[in-house]
This record gives sequence, C-alpha cells and structure tokens, in this order.
Amino acid sequence: MKPKNKKIDYSKWGYLFILPFFVSFFIFSLIPLVDTIRYSFFEYYRSGIKEIGPNFIGLENYISLLGSDMLKYAGNTMILWIIGFIPQIVIALLLAEWFVDARLKIHGTQFFKVVIYLPNLIMASAFAMLFFTMFSTNGPINSILLSMGLTGKPIDFLGSVLGTRSLVGLMNFLMWFGNTTIMLMAAIMGISPDVFEAAELDGCNSVQRFFFITLPQIRPILAYTLITSIIGGLQMFDVPQILTNGQGTPDRTSMTLIMFLNSHLKSKNYGMAGALSVYLFVVSGILCFVVYRMTNNDDPDGSKAAAKKAKKQRRG
Amino acid sequence: MKKRVVCMLLAAFLALGALAGCGTGKDAGSSADSSAEEGKVINIYSWNDEFRERVEAVYPEVKETSKDGTVTTLKDGTEIHWIVNPNQDGVYQQKLDEALMKQADAAADDKVDIFLSETDYVNKYTDAEANAAMPLSELGIDPEKDLADQYSFTKVTASDVDGVQRASTWQCCPGLLVYRRDIAKDVFGTDDPEKVGEKVKDWETMKATAAELQAKGYFAFSSYADTFRLYGNSISESWVSPGESVIKVDQKIMDWVNDSKEWLDAGYLDKNIKGQWNDDWNKAMGSASKVFAFLFPAWGIDFTLKPNWDGDEGVWAVTNPPQEYNWGGSYVHACTGTDNPKHVKDIILAVTVDKDNLLKISKEYLDFTNTQSGMQEAAKDDKGYASDFLGGQNAFSYFAPVAENIEIAPLSAYDQGCVELIQNSFNDYFQGNVDFEKAKANFETAIKERYPDITEIQWPQ
Repeated sequence: MKPKNKKIDYSKWGYLFILPFFVSFFIFSLIPLVDTIRYSFFEYYRSGIKEIGPNFIGLENYISLLGSDMLKYAGNTMILWIIGFIPQIVIALLLAEWFVDARLKIHGTQFFKVVIYLPNLIMASAFAMLFFTMFSTNGPINSILLSMGLTGKPIDFLGSVLGTRSLVGLMNFLMWFGNTTIMLMAAIMGISPDVFEAAELDGCNSVQRFFFITLPQIRPILAYTLITSIIGGLQMFDVPQILTNGQGTPDRTSMTLIMFLNSHLKSKNYGMAGALSVYLFVVSGILCFVVYRMTNNDDPDGSKAAAKKAKKQRRG
Repeated sequence: MKKRVVCMLLAAFLALGALAGCGTGKDAGSSADSSAEEGKVINIYSWNDEFRERVEAVYPEVKETSKDGTVTTLKDGTEIHWIVNPNQDGVYQQKLDEALMKQADAAADDKVDIFLSETDYVNKYTDAEANAAMPLSELGIDPEKDLADQYSFTKVTASDVDGVQRASTWQCCPGLLVYRRDIAKDVFGTDDPEKVGEKVKDWETMKATAAELQAKGYFAFSSYADTFRLYGNSISESWVSPGESVIKVDQKIMDWVNDSKEWLDAGYLDKNIKGQWNDDWNKAMGSASKVFAFLFPAWGIDFTLKPNWDGDEGVWAVTNPPQEYNWGGSYVHACTGTDNPKHVKDIILAVTVDKDNLLKISKEYLDFTNTQSGMQEAAKDDKGYASDFLGGQNAFSYFAPVAENIEIAPLSAYDQGCVELIQNSFNDYFQGNVDFEKAKANFETAIKERYPDITEIQWPQ
C-alpha cells in the first residue's frame, strides 16, 4: 500500500459532511417510502385492537380504490386548487409587475412585500380555525352582514358547496399569493433592463410590454410555479380538514385526496392508504419530471424556444 | 486498509453484542421479580384528570401527588404514573392501543396496569378474544357478590360476549331534561319541575310542547344531535352482531332521522346549530339563547352546561326526559399483564364499589354514582344534595328513577364510528343539501372507510 501520488484527497470530508443528510434521508424517508409501497400489496388494518394481516393480496387495494370515489376526490382536489390558483397567479403577476416597475415609484415596497407574505407564516390549521369561526352562522361576518342590512337571515357559508369551496380557495389564495409574488419579482428582475429600454424607445406601452416582453421572458418560472402549485394542491389537506372537521362536508364535496387517505388511516388501514399514496406518488413523480425537464434546458435565457434556437445556431 | 476495515467491523459487532446483552439481562431481571412481588410503578391511562381526582379523594393509601399531576405517591412508596392523552380525534385510543400492543414485551414498570374507557368504545376493550382487560374475577373480585349494589346495566356494558365482567365504573349516567326556568314561566306560566315534567313526559307530548315553545319564538332543543342518545341508546340490536361484518341500522335510528327532519323543518330545533361540541352549541347554553332545554346526564350539567352559562345561578332546573336514556360513563379496566394486581384490585374496589366512597364522590363532584342503595338515599336527602345551580333542586331524586329504568342498548366495537358517521352523513340531509338516499349512500361509504372489515350495510324496511 504505497501512496501512488502525494496529492492530498479532501473528498472524504465532503462525503463526511453530506453523510448526516443521507443517513436521515435513509431512515426517515426512504425506509418509510419503501414500506408504504410494500404494504400497498397487503391487507393490513386494525379492527378494534385486533390486527388483521398483513396478508398478501396483490393488486386488490389498487383495484378497489379505482372502484371507489377516488376520482371524485381527485376532482374535488383539482377544483379547490383551481379556485385558489387563478386569483393567486393573476394578483401575483400584477403585484410583481408593479413592484418591479421603476417608473411607478411605489413607496414602501419592502413593507408591502412583508405584509403580503405574512399570511404564509400563519399555520394553515390556525388560519382555517379563524375562518371557521368568522364564517360560522353566528360568526362576525354574518353579524356584520346582518347589521348592514345586506341579508335578512344569517348565511350558512359552510353549509353550501359553493361557500365551502370558495372559502378553501380564498384561504389558499391568501396564504400563497405573497410567496408567488416574490418568486415572480425575482424572475422579472432577472430580465435584462436593455430589453425594456429598447422597447420603450420603440414606443411600447405598459400593456404591450407586459404581454410581449415580461410574460415570455418569465415563462420558465411561471411553469415552475404552476407545477409546484399543482403538486402542493394534490396534497391539499389541512385547510379543508379543519374547516369541515375532516368530513369534507357538504356531501363530501370538499373531501380532498389526502383527507380520503386520512380517513383510511383512522382504522390504521396501511394497505389501502399505501395504495392511495402510491397513486399520488406516481402523479407527483410525473409532474416533477416535467419540471425537471423544463428547468434543465441548457438554454441561455430560459425559454424552450430560445434553447432550440441556440441549438440550431450551434449546429449551423 | 483491509485490516482496518475488518477491525472496525469486529469492533462494531462487539459493541452490538454488548448492547444486546444489556437489553436481555435487564428484561430477565425485571420479569423475575414481578412474579414474586408487586411492581413499584402503577401506570394508569386516561383522557383527563377525572379519575385521578376521584382516586385522590377516596383511595386511603394516597400520600401525595406531584404538582404537575403526573405522579401520585402511595404510602407504601409505590408510584402511580398518570398517562393522560386527550379523547379528541381518537388520540387517547391511539396511544392506548400502541401501549397495549407492546404490553407483553414491556418491562414490568412500563406495563399498563389500569386503563379507562368510555361507553362509546368500552366494547372494543372488553372483547374476550383480544383479552386486553382482565376479567374482574381473576383479580379476586366476585361481580355477583362484591358488585351487587351496582346498577345492573353498567355491569352488562362492562361484560364481554360470554358475560364475563371485565370493567367496573363508579359513575352511572342516567340523563335528564334540563330546562330554563325563565322560558318555562314565559311559555307555560310555571317553572315547577313536576308540571314541566308532565309537558315533556313522552315524544308525543314533547312535540306538542315544542310547537307551543315555537309559537313564542323559542326552540325546544338546540340541535338534532341532542336527541340522538335517546333514540340511539335504545336500539334493540347492536350495530354489528358479534362475529359478523354487517351493519344493521336499527329502526330507532331511522325514527331519529325522520323525527329530526320533521322537527327541524317545523322550526322546533335551531337550524344554525350543527351537531354538538362546537362553538354554536356552547353559545346555545348562554343567556342570550332561545333554547328551552338540553338533554344531559349529571356530568353534562356540571361539566358542559355550567361553564357555558353566563347568567345567574338557579335559572336551570331538571325534570324527567321524554325517554329514559344513558349517556357516557367511564369504565375502569385492569390491564392484562399488570404487575400490580393487588393495588389494582384495591383501587377498583375503593373507587367503584365502596358505598361511602361513592357517596363522597357524589357530594363532591355531583357524579351520579354506581350504588343503587346509596342513590336511593341521596334521592330522599333533599338537603344534603341540593344544587345551587339548579335553584336548590335535588337532581338525584330525578336521576334515580331514570337509572332504574335504563335498558342499555347492546354494544359492539363499531359503535363510536357508527354514531359519529350517521350523524355527519344525515347532517347534509337535514340541511337540505342531499336527498335521503344520497345520505344513506354517504354513510355507507364513510363507514366502510372507517372499518375496512364491514362488508354490507342493512337498512330497516
């Protein structure tokens, strides 16, 4: 064992420093993940305090999930997500554009940035509790509406499909639009000022500038926001869970996929819950892959078209 | 290089071996002395301080309790460790189930010795096959002889399918109708419990009375969930028969659904209050509310109504309910595998059997306790048991006859989910969001999610 070269190798320190992450990932993420997938092929739950299983049943859990209302809950999840996402992205784009625009000279941008981000710092469950109290039939919102004479009798917000879904959407919007605004601002600030200057010299108005310069330039970030928001939306759980007491009322129209998963876990039904998790895992995995492809284009300015162009130029 | 790796591996194995050795050595030692004498720690699982307070009040061996309430020291040096987890969202049962699963392998001092359960899920723990709770006879308590003075329905509830009693309770929860005297005066011209009792003596009369109340702008009860226990606890067959996987919905439950819908549409119940244990329901017990009455057992008056009432004392009064019923009750189980059988037996006898102790609990905590002769005495002793909150009324004189007439509904391990989910599913129907058939379908979906072993739901014709 003679040293072949005298160069000191520091790489072992690198491995040592990343070791804690890999160890904790292995113990707390990978093993549970593999276990979840394994149990999804088993009949494994508790009846009272008696444990049933694990008995291997193949794909039965997957098949019976397809026969259940899973797709309906997936639909609910998507609807709840869209109600929150559309206002979120519109308002965030608008605010980002205004905050970045030097000519508008908005005072206290920093202050507003903090304020719009604040709702995100509140725990979702606390936020849902607050809304539950505010919008209950005897709550402050109804008192205000009554005393202003806008309504004759209290409105049962949480008793109607529209009311419950809108409230969930509103909460998700309030919680996430600040986050999105800040991300989009970073994207807009990344655009070279030369482009804006050139546009101005050509007599471009602000609407044109927004649609023909800003939007195409920040497309990759927009796509990233969209996909991460879909993945987050798939896992939507805390807000509707607290708001409807875990029941997805009324008529299970605000029951999301994770709430469905949760109701299986009440009886420790690891098999069925595992199968549902695997479905979710596959869908999220596909979405992640799309993001990965989108952000890994070796293009100079971010957009796919530009990347293709650059490739062609190199070839030609 | 290779040598070093081998060395390290060897060292690792050695260390592992040493650790493993430690583990087994300890186990062997502790299990040996548990068979010889009593352990030093009694672990008690419960969901609040109720049981601890009663043990402190009546168990003569108690020396002191630590300030945070987690450890009680007995005179012989044994420590009671209180493991309290809240009942909400099934947390208590989750933690208890985990502990019971590990019971066989746990070190003697970590074993569960006593645990409590509520009527809603007592059946899960008295199950003979699971054998989580010891038969009382194995502790040396003879239910026939020692528990003769207890109300028989509590003994039925605490027994498994073979009739072996596996729990005992100090309380018994006959329910009454608790009403507002001021509203009674306004509507009926009198607040006398006897006369009001006549007006609510059965469902037919109660309905006519509700119409009277409604004409003056009052609600008879706050929500449809208030009346559920009266119907739900008088079902003739259990939700799930032993050994079967079919839920049979009793006709009584459908009567509740139909009556609730009728009452709600007629305006006898407050439409804005959905179920119990929520903010709106609590507010309905305040002085600004228009709700005439609640249906509560003793603990409900003391534990729920009293804290929510913001007016003067003496405005509420009790009278007979339209139908005899029982609501709640905490059962004390001796856990299989306990290393303190003598202490466990003593505690169970002191808190749930000794008549003097039970009467003391009744006086101090207003529990309706599990002694037939004692409660009959209390019913007659108007001075000793008068309640200021009820305007000097002796509630025990109303509780006692109800307790004697209770016929407890047959239980199953699925009761808690059935009771909870049927109320939730039909809530949409009451509010007019779905039709009757859809509500039934929603209940079927929800109950199969909760209990994967349920294969079929049968509705009454």
